[in-house]
Amino acid sequence: MTSLEFFLQQAINAVSIGSLYALMAIGLAMVFGILRLINFAHGDIIMVGSYTTLMLMLVGLPFGVAAIIGVLASMVAGLIMERVAYRPIRGAPDVAMLLTSFAVTIFLENSAILLFQPTSRPFSAPSILTGALQFGNLRVSSIDLIAIGVTIILLLLLTFFVTRTQIGISMRAASTDLLAARLMGINVNTVIAYAFAIGSLMAGIVGVLWSARVGKIDPLMGFYPVLKAFVATVIGGLGSIPGAILGGYVLGTLEILLQGLLPASLTPFRDAFVFIALIILLLFRPNGILGPTEREKI
Amino acid sequence: MLKLEDVQVYWGEVHALKGVSLEIEQGELVSLLGSNGAGKSTTLMTISGIVKPRAGRVIFDGQDLTQRSAFDIVNLGVIHCPEGRRIFSGLTVYENLLMGAVRRTDRRQVARDLERVIALFPILGERLRQNGATLSGGEQQMLAIARALMADPRLLMLDEPSLGLAPVIVEVIFEVIQQLHREGVTILLVEQNARQALQIADRCYVLETGRVVMSGPAEELRANPEVQRFYLGG
Amino acid sequence: MQHRLYNLLTIVLLFVLLAGLLAYASLAASAYIQRIIVLLGINIILVVSLNLSNGFTGVFSLGHIGFMAIGAYTAAILTLPLSLKKVNLPDLPAWLSGVELPFLTATLLAGVLAMLIAFLVGLSLMRLSGPYVSVATMGFLVIVQVVLINWDSMTRGARTFAGVPPYTTLWWVWGWAVLTIYIIWRLGHSSFGRSMMAVRDNDIAAQSLGISVMKSRLLAFCISAFFTAVAGSLWAHFIMSFSPKSFYFVQTFSVITMLAVGGMGSVSGSVIGTVLITVLSEVLRNAERGIDLGFVSIPPVYGASQIVMAVLFVLIIVFRQKGLLGDREIDFNWLWSRLF
Repeated sequence: MTSLEFFLQQAINAVSIGSLYALMAIGLAMVFGILRLINFAHGDIIMVGSYTTLMLMLVGLPFGVAAIIGVLASMVAGLIMERVAYRPIRGAPDVAMLLTSFAVTIFLENSAILLFQPTSRPFSAPSILTGALQFGNLRVSSIDLIAIGVTIILLLLLTFFVTRTQIGISMRAASTDLLAARLMGINVNTVIAYAFAIGSLMAGIVGVLWSARVGKIDPLMGFYPVLKAFVATVIGGLGSIPGAILGGYVLGTLEILLQGLLPASLTPFRDAFVFIALIILLLFRPNGILGPTEREKI
Repeated sequence: MLKLEDVQVYWGEVHALKGVSLEIEQGELVSLLGSNGAGKSTTLMTISGIVKPRAGRVIFDGQDLTQRSAFDIVNLGVIHCPEGRRIFSGLTVYENLLMGAVRRTDRRQVARDLERVIALFPILGERLRQNGATLSGGEQQMLAIARALMADPRLLMLDEPSLGLAPVIVEVIFEVIQQLHREGVTILLVEQNARQALQIADRCYVLETGRVVMSGPAEELRANPEVQRFYLGG
Repeated sequence: MQHRLYNLLTIVLLFVLLAGLLAYASLAASAYIQRIIVLLGINIILVVSLNLSNGFTGVFSLGHIGFMAIGAYTAAILTLPLSLKKVNLPDLPAWLSGVELPFLTATLLAGVLAMLIAFLVGLSLMRLSGPYVSVATMGFLVIVQVVLINWDSMTRGARTFAGVPPYTTLWWVWGWAVLTIYIIWRLGHSSFGRSMMAVRDNDIAAQSLGISVMKSRLLAFCISAFFTAVAGSLWAHFIMSFSPKSFYFVQTFSVITMLAVGGMGSVSGSVIGTVLITVLSEVLRNAERGIDLGFVSIPPVYGASQIVMAVLFVLIIVFRQKGLLGDREIDFNWLWSRLF
């Protein structure tokens, strides 16, 4: 394999993984922007969607239908989560909200363990998703291409939504200045519901793609994705949707880079290096890449 | 149109408003004066529903607003243009104005109001596609007022529109406020700049440490020696 | 005058009570009860020291369990009997393999090491604010975890680190707990403490008053790291075997829950919160094995205790957003006047 081919291979990996991180991160960023809440339970949305899809497939539904319902189930789960756990604590100190999201995570994960057993279950997606295309020496798995393609479409739709629809612009307004938004008559409940709905929908899609990629699901599958998504939003600048997208791709690229550049003895340390890189970044840009450069956003 | 009856407001344990009563008739320009920390902004926030009073009532057009949500209150036409401008800095001037009209459903009228607002503040018309954060302080204040106007206010409440602005810009802003007053908009103006406020208002209330200490027609207060000493610097 | 007399009286009373309880427990109580008392003490040290950083200065660290791990491993390596060192840690560097230290020395050294690391880490992290410092400290936790798992020669990697001598007794734990409570209380209620809280609530205003944000945060971070590491050492010599997995996100969540329930910025709140949650967890964990109430028996539902804790936690936060005691300390005067 020539070095160009190797580079392309890695580039596709990076963009594919980065796309998944970006989609996850958008949900986190939207909710944080308006509510100042870091929703750790966002990862479990992936889990809810994946298990729904799996169960429906086991009952006999074809993958396509099961996946669509699974994604919708994710969206509904997000909306229920907002209504039941987060709306009652609106206005609470940031810490309380963070902890509540931890509590929701524990609730969901343990419920899943009780319902579905803690061991992982195989998730078989149809071959169009799990197959690969060969271009000379280059082997590109279809799931990577699909992930990238789906992400591009979703990002375009999202951009249209936040720049051309009233609700979308209201969301951006609410995330800039919630008080002023309220004073203009923006219905905060509606805007927040949309933020959760869109974010959860995207997480649901990530769930299907991720499960197809990995081939199995388990109740704790949301833990690492949400951690990565959180890191991605911080890299890009918390609360900013472009930041989340940028952060997702930077993180994906960073992971693949480290994977490739680290000597074999150090590859287990990859996650540690990612965090070291993050800390170094925060030293120079305390509010993320796209965040304000002054320490305090006044 | 608007009546406050003995409103008591607390910020946690701090007693911010100790029984504030005031009235505004339709079409009036009433100014709320007082030094820093007197409770002027708190009064506006109580009217707009952001803060709930522990006692007393807020009545608008005969309706008791005291326990209503901010969302409901805004939809009745009580529009609060907050202190510090607080425009949406990630959005363009146009998007900001659009957000002002978010509660409205009559798109044709909204389009007409957009033209009207640009006529009032031509500089905004030039900067429609610009990001709000790139505007100067004075332009942002104009945008904030314009945005409030887009909400079709029955009662327009302005919190310290002259704060931090150069005197030239302050003149322009106050001229616009007078213009709006002439057009019949009911305005409650909170100001530290007593001189300007007293010049354009019909009536004034003076607030000190949460209480109304003086009230009356503007000419009366202008002539009042205490007002002259404490608020007009002479 | 009376106010201070009452407080002093109460504290002396509590001391006597505590000493009495410990004496009784060490002689007469079952191993199970003794275990709970030890865990309670260790949790108190963890939560109170975390409060110094999270509650008082507002640096919401999600990585403190990393210091606990450092404390546990460092002290355990130092106290491990030479014979076991040869077997379990054959690749230990020469200057360590011949060392076997007494409990207190090892614990102190572990604490100091944690403090040094906290200083270095803190230099870069303390200027961050809000969620950024949280994610950076979380990064610290991950880094510690990765290092522990991969530094085989020192830590046995992901394998269990066993054979730690059981030095921890009720008295050691509660001795340290009382010391921790005392020091953090004094710090929190001194002028230093007040300036820390000023920084927490509005650091721009505090800066204009000349209070150094960095210094106060860094100091709080380091001191809390010291005591957290001590708790780690105590725990290591109690449980006698552990692995890196014992010091990760699950433990982080439970410590932070105790902190939030008690109230951040309140030392007595931390104690109360810890007691409540620890006891409740134990009760629920027992209930998991199934309860026989005579007329009805509830079957075993493993994992249910976590769910119940999570739901309870959300309920508490909904009704008392700042935790049970919030910012304030327990007022013994009020208590006495209520009782009599």
